[in-house]
Amino acid sequence: MKGNPTTFLLRLGLIALTLLVWEGLVRLFAIPAFILPAPTAIFMALYRGFASSLYLDHMWITLTETLMGFVLGSVLAFALGIAVALSRRVEYFLYPFIIMFQAMPKVALAPLIIIWFGIGLLSKVVSAALVAFFPLMVNTIVGLRSAEEDRVNLMRSLAATRGQIFWMLQLPNALPYIFAGLEIAMIFALIGAIVAEFVGAQSGLGMLMQSMNFTMDVAGQFSILLILSAVGLLLNSIVNEVRRRVLFWDPSQKLDVASPAKKGGTP
Amino acid sequence: MRRLAKTYGGGADAVDALRDIDFTVAEGEFMSIVGPSGCGKSTLLKILAGLMPASGGEALLNDVPITGPRRDIGVVFQSPVLFPWRSVLGNVLLPVDVQRLGRERMTGRALELINLVGLSGFERRYPWELSGGMQQRVALVRALIHDPALLLMDEPFGALDALTREAMNVELQRIWLERRKTVLFVTHSTTEAVFLADRVLVMTPRPGRIGDMLTVDFPRPRSLDVMTGETFGAHVRRIRTALNAGGGIE
Repeated sequence: MKGNPTTFLLRLGLIALTLLVWEGLVRLFAIPAFILPAPTAIFMALYRGFASSLYLDHMWITLTETLMGFVLGSVLAFALGIAVALSRRVEYFLYPFIIMFQAMPKVALAPLIIIWFGIGLLSKVVSAALVAFFPLMVNTIVGLRSAEEDRVNLMRSLAATRGQIFWMLQLPNALPYIFAGLEIAMIFALIGAIVAEFVGAQSGLGMLMQSMNFTMDVAGQFSILLILSAVGLLLNSIVNEVRRRVLFWDPSQKLDVASPAKKGGTP
Repeated sequence: MRRLAKTYGGGADAVDALRDIDFTVAEGEFMSIVGPSGCGKSTLLKILAGLMPASGGEALLNDVPITGPRRDIGVVFQSPVLFPWRSVLGNVLLPVDVQRLGRERMTGRALELINLVGLSGFERRYPWELSGGMQQRVALVRALIHDPALLLMDEPFGALDALTREAMNVELQRIWLERRKTVLFVTHSTTEAVFLADRVLVMTPRPGRIGDMLTVDFPRPRSLDVMTGETFGAHVRRIRTALNAGGGIE
């Protein structure tokens, strides 16, 4: 289905048709704007938001929170993942905590995080980090443990130390899993930041949506959903691009979907 | 002269993998070990590679007991076991990196060996760009790079098609004639065993024991034509008989 100009045009046509039907239905049945705004109203809201630099300012805040949370969560997840994967003892004692937190919807902690870390930037970063943490940690553990027995035997037969087996075999071998984890972690970080903004914030796209909700500016909310979707796509494609360059040797990278199992429980 | 004797007593283990294995391989000798699946030939190689402890008896290399992985042993596994993130040259230099022999010093030798197996021009390629036979040649070069005293080969051509396999046998003989390593070559192909070896050790299963030992004295280099000869057939028949006697072929 890819690369064919006819099917590509059909695809665009379907999107255009959907928007047209939407617009037509809203006008035909005179649906109030606070229930379902017409696409034209949404694009107008989008234009006004950007023209007044309102959206850009808040987008910048949300982006900062997401990226800081992503980095913080990833570093911690990576470190803990290595510790768990390499030490059966660490795994044994941390396992109950991991199981409990993995099943728990992390976003449910957002109200508590606001109480503990305030309504400023910090609570959003913590929330984003917490949600981003698990998928990467689980993928790191699975990846580090996935080294084939033959490869481990080869390293051992060369009288390699544990450190050498880690650096020369386990870590590069785990990279496809780690990148699959990073990909999810990036999107999860955005979710964590937005949810924390919903609960309590002074700025950010989530806070903006929340305040629009009070004034029944549904077109505005739709326009922010569009922005969030674009931001998510952008962040995802950044991770993907880095992965494509680092994992040039991984045959599964030539496919559209990241091959290793994407694990990490609920956001 | 190096002595390599191996006795591996039964013990209390539920599975008696190897029993009373006792033989000596001379320096520069090519010995094939042939036997059916489950006769413990891979177990034997794993013990010799230091990957698995023996439960009885001992294996000696140059009069020193093998108690763990050693730097003077090279292993070629059934599959090439190449690291996809390393180029051909990078894979070949893996033992150099692990044993800190110095890349600068060893790269020349690596290129020379790569040339010896006919892979010149592929140094910067990655494993997925190579055919199965080429990958196994890379694995062979990797096993030779640190100049081991003993080369252990565990059914290295088992995964290749019949034609590639014959070509690799001729190739291996050529390389061996040039480098004269002591080789222990495990296979389940009787013809491959006879074609390559100075001596063939026949193993029988459950528990793994030495069924027979025969000397092959065709002049080298041998061409694939020896396989059609009378004597070659007699050797293969003798191995079959030994395998049957041990209940090896079901």
